[in-house]
Amino acid sequence: MMAVFNLFRTKFKAYLPLIKSLQTGLLLATGVAGYMSAHGPLNLPLLLSLAGSLFLAISGSTILNMWYDCDLDTVMNRTHNRPLASGTITRREALALGLVFSLAGVGWSFTLNSLYGFVVLAGLFFDVIVYTIWLKRRTSWSILWGGISGGIPILAGRVLATGRIDLVGLLLMMAVLFWIPTHILTYTMRYFEDYQAAQVPTFPSRYGFEGTRAIIALSAIIAAASIGVAGVMIGIQAGALRLMIVLSAGLLLLSAATVFRPSEQVNFSLFKYASIYMLASMVLLSL
Amino acid sequence: MKLSPLNRILLLLTCLLAAYQVVDGINGLENIPIIAYTIAFGVLLVACLLIIILGLEVLNSRVVVMFSTIIPLSLSSGLVWQHVASLRTAYLVFAIAGYLAVLVTRSINLPIKLSTVILAVVHGVAGLVVFLLPSILAARGETHPGFALIGLGGAMIGLGGLLLYFLKTGRPIVSREIILSILPALFLLMTLSFVAGFMLS
Repeated sequence: MMAVFNLFRTKFKAYLPLIKSLQTGLLLATGVAGYMSAHGPLNLPLLLSLAGSLFLAISGSTILNMWYDCDLDTVMNRTHNRPLASGTITRREALALGLVFSLAGVGWSFTLNSLYGFVVLAGLFFDVIVYTIWLKRRTSWSILWGGISGGIPILAGRVLATGRIDLVGLLLMMAVLFWIPTHILTYTMRYFEDYQAAQVPTFPSRYGFEGTRAIIALSAIIAAASIGVAGVMIGIQAGALRLMIVLSAGLLLLSAATVFRPSEQVNFSLFKYASIYMLASMVLLSL
Repeated sequence: MKLSPLNRILLLLTCLLAAYQVVDGINGLENIPIIAYTIAFGVLLVACLLIIILGLEVLNSRVVVMFSTIIPLSLSSGLVWQHVASLRTAYLVFAIAGYLAVLVTRSINLPIKLSTVILAVVHGVAGLVVFLLPSILAARGETHPGFALIGLGGAMIGLGGLLLYFLKTGRPIVSREIILSILPALFLLMTLSFVAGFMLS
């Protein structure tokens, strides 16, 4: 009995980094916020099912990404310690786990609502097939598809609550889509040599650091505008709207600093601030 | 100087208090005080977030003076608008003109003395208003006694400003390490006083 428990604990410890818990947690939070943004009567079992199905689908696609990109992770300093790249877990194990999580997540989604199921399936398709397998090694613009798949959880949450794809849902998805470049592009600048070594096309290698900073700033502004318009359309409370304006002003200031007073410190602060901003916005949309 | 976990928690609590004040603490007021208090607590919130992200070194930046002046100026503008009807417009003009003067004198090459005098006048007047106005109103019984807590917060923000000023001029009263290590606690106590004062008013 103890041996089984120890084996389970060892495996759990090894598998946990595969799902990138912070990233998955943040995407899950957007999904829950999308659901709460409808401000309908709280259906706790449905909300828990949303969280469960999204967790499985997001984790599944993350594991499949890591499975497919194992060769890249091996040559990059930032990622060579990941469980697959370091050999802690075999590729076969990861593929099996990724498929089980993905199928379970999508299957569960379809039992809740067919449109919700299609949206979750689309997210998985865009992330694994279009972004990771098809475009990531071919063009720096692949992040657009990575961004779309990142925006799917919030749209899915909204779809499950309202039963349709509406303008607010699309605006919320756009907010996440434009938030993602601040995340990924900051990484591609910070770990430029890594990406060069792995021969992954990136914005810094295609458009230079200056151009990339401008794109990050513009993306942050569009993300803030999208979430602001969505907030107004949802009819969030005046106080929440005030706080959203305050946080957006901070984001705009940092974006301007990224362009006009560029430094690694400013870039990194925008990257961190944008994550806090997104999380705070999700909470405010739910109020 | 790296932030200790305790200081991170203190700054995070300050952020949450400032966020609460923006979301819920100023409902039902007139438009001008709402805007003024939103700016004051908003700047405090974003500043604390940036300190959490970048560390206390961010306080060495030249723009800190420009941003830190906003807090007492907007807070005092809101207080005057709410409680001294006869001085509403005059004080608002002073606040806007004063802030523009600080911005201009800090952005272009002027004799250091002139920019320091302007900063001292603008910051000093605003700080005194935040400290004295709630204290006087509470002492006269025109508001709830708890309203005086805003004055206490004003005194703390003044103390923080003085410590930073002496630090920046290279003549710190106490060592740089001590100043930087007590600032997060000072920010939290100050914000707590403001929020409690507004809640009780």
